[in-house]
Formats: sequence, structure tokens, C-alpha cells
Amino acid sequence: MNYTFQFGVAFAELPELLKGAIITFELGILAFWGGALIGLLGAALKTYGTGPLRWLAGAYVVFFTNTPALIQIYFLYFGLPELGIRWSSFTCTLIGLTLNAGAYLTEIMRAGYISVRSTEVEAAETLGMSRWQQIRYVVVPHIAKTIYPALANFFIVILVMGTSIGAIIGVDELTGQAINISTENYRWIEMFVVVAGIYVILTFIASLSLALVGRWAFRVKAKVF
Amino acid sequence: MLLLEAMGTTLAMTAIGCVLGFLIAFVIVFLRQTPGLWALPIRFLAICYVEVFRRIPFLVVIYLVLFFIRSIVSEVSLFTIAVVAICIYSTAYTADIIRGGFESVSRQQIEAARAMNFSRWQTLMNVIVPQSWPVILPPAVAFAISFIKDTALVSQVGVFELTFRGKELNNEGFSALLVFGTIAFLYFLMSYPLSRWGRWLEQRLASSPSQRSKQRLRPAYSP
Repeated sequence: MNYTFQFGVAFAELPELLKGAIITFELGILAFWGGALIGLLGAALKTYGTGPLRWLAGAYVVFFTNTPALIQIYFLYFGLPELGIRWSSFTCTLIGLTLNAGAYLTEIMRAGYISVRSTEVEAAETLGMSRWQQIRYVVVPHIAKTIYPALANFFIVILVMGTSIGAIIGVDELTGQAINISTENYRWIEMFVVVAGIYVILTFIASLSLALVGRWAFRVKAKVF
Repeated sequence: MLLLEAMGTTLAMTAIGCVLGFLIAFVIVFLRQTPGLWALPIRFLAICYVEVFRRIPFLVVIYLVLFFIRSIVSEVSLFTIAVVAICIYSTAYTADIIRGGFESVSRQQIEAARAMNFSRWQTLMNVIVPQSWPVILPPAVAFAISFIKDTALVSQVGVFELTFRGKELNNEGFSALLVFGTIAFLYFLMSYPLSRWGRWLEQRLASSPSQRSKQRLRPAYSP
């Protein structure tokens, strides 16, 4: 192997990469919260909805969980301009990821909805709690505790797997920046090793803080490793 | 026809990568559970491998594999590179699934095996694996099936698979809406029946004879 590693070149580009890391975080957080809203609605429809609405939510989940996120984003990025809608690559990635995450989060949240037993709500009623109190003190803590680990896990997946897809259509997030820089200086291996390191640190920080928040807010014993 | 060939490539890539990944993951979990002080570096490496590759995007793994392999030997087909990347990535994920399965076997079983002077390998093959495979198999299969979709990223380095074919068709001038709609539908055709099969497998295994006999063996007074 006649290859001399020059990590100095890669480390010199660290500020550019960190700029990309910020976009990665932006994408991940926005897509996650958008997806969470869709998931909340979808799960409500799938659990309590009737007829076509319930079917629609089911079809949405089945379709989006069984096709690649990359194809969904391609569809938005290359397909929609034919209909006269032109979005930037960032918007396309964000909307594609949000829709994709929404489908997965629907399933996660549905598990939460199902986990609340009707007897628990009845018990709260018997204690004379108002509707709001029931939701605030009985339903939400229960749901949160059940689904928090799954949510935290999914956030990491979106942050890592999801946002890097944007690089393919030219979003300047962490992987995208790495591709941009290494096409200029041909230091692919060093660049991607450094980027991999940044991803590890980034997700480690994210999962550590999520575990701490979970422990503090919902008394969930979330694992960091 | 080319679309069918591309579908075949996608499936073959996923299947080879994930089966190899499963086998390597098995070895990694075995190494990770090696007892004793001398094995500390081995355990550390096994844990590092899983933790690091679970936190790196698949796209970065693909690029790393591509350029590492190409800098050592230049005549490697892109298909091989894709399989290696899939294998490396699926190893990390399945290792965690397998570890979870092994840990689901109760402690007493292992202690009993040790009392009967089983070696570590014998304990694993005769005690742990038969009891934990109903726990391991469904999520491992589910992971492999969901990975069919993630292999779409491999098109980025030019492997001739479904997404790549879609991009080609798009470049040939077909409507992108039509092309990517079709590609999405083809992925759906591959992924949906398999995921239904995976769910069926899960239900089937949940009530397998080994599980039932385990329930029967459990003493009546235990909660």
C-alpha cells in the first residue's frame, strides 16, 4: 500500500466540517420534530380513527416505511420540478426526511397510545381528576415513559443515517462538506476518517444528553451505549 | 429487464452482506463476552467496533470502504465493495441484537452449564444459542429487510442496482416523477412482502416448541 496518510490536511478543514455539523444538527432536529407532529396525528388516526382516515394513515405508514428515504428525496428533488415546484436541496431533504420520519414515528407513538390502559384513565376519573389533569398526570407520563427510549434511539438514527442522505443531492451538511472538500484535495480517506470521528462524538453527545433528559424528566433508564 | 437485473443486484447485495454480517457479529459477541483480564483489549476492540459503526452514516462507511480497498488493490469490482460496506455496517447492528438475545438467557442456565464442566464454546452452542435464537432471529431478519432500502445509498459509488438504474433512466430523459415512482414501487414490492414474512416469523417463533417447553419448566410459584 503506497499511500501516505496526511491527516493534517483533513484537520485543517475542521472549521468547514463543523459548519456542516451544524447543518446536520439543524436537519436532524427539524425533521425529527416535524416527524413527531406527523406521528402524533398519524398515531391518533390509526388508533382512534375510523374508515378512510384510519386506512389513509395505515397506507402512509406502509408506503413510507417500505421505500428508501433516498428515493423519496429524489422524487421531491427531481420529480417535483416537472410540476413546476422548485425547492432547494435543503428543503427537499428536510421535507423528505420529515415525511419518512413521520411514518416511523407514527408506529412508535401508536405503541405509546396503546400502552395506556383504559382502567388507568378510569381510576383517574374515580379520583376526581379533570380531563386536563388526567392527560397531564396519567396519560402523558405513561406514554412518555413507554416511548422515550424508542424516540431517543430514533433521533440518533435520523441524525446519522437520515441527514447524510442530503449529501447526495448536494446539501452541505457534514458528509456533504467532506465530499466537497475531498473532491478538491483528493484526501478522501483522511477526510472521511475525520468525519466519522466527528459523527461519533456528535452522536455520543446527543445520546448522552438524551439519556440525562430522560432520566431527569421521565425517570427513564435510557442507555447511552 | 434491466430493472429486474438491478432488483436482483439489490437483493443479492443485501442478502450476502447481511448473512456475512450475522456470522461476523456472532464472533464479535463471542469475543466481547470473553472473561478474564488478558482479554480486556479484545473486549475493548469488540465494543469499540460496534459503538463506532453504529454511529457513522452508511454513506461515510461506503466511501471509507471504497477508498481504503481501492488504495490497496485497484481491481476490485464495485459490487464487492458494496457487499463489504453492507457487511461491516450490518455486523455492528446485528452484534447488538445478538448480544441482547444472549443476555436474555437466564444466568442460572449458564451457571448450570459451568457446573457440568461445559467449555465456553459448548455452553454457547448447547445452552445459549438454542434458547436465544427465537429472540435473535426476528429482529435480525427485520434489520436485514429494512436494509434493502438503505442499500439505495450504494448507488452513489456507481454500483448497478435499482436506484442507480433509476438515475440512468432519468438521465436518458424519462420523466423523473415516473421513474422514481416506479423505483419506489419496486422497492415496495421487495420490502413489503418480506416484512410481512418477518412479522409472521416473529409470531411463529414466539410460540415455538422451545419457548413452550421453557414455560413449562418454570416452577409454578415464581412470578
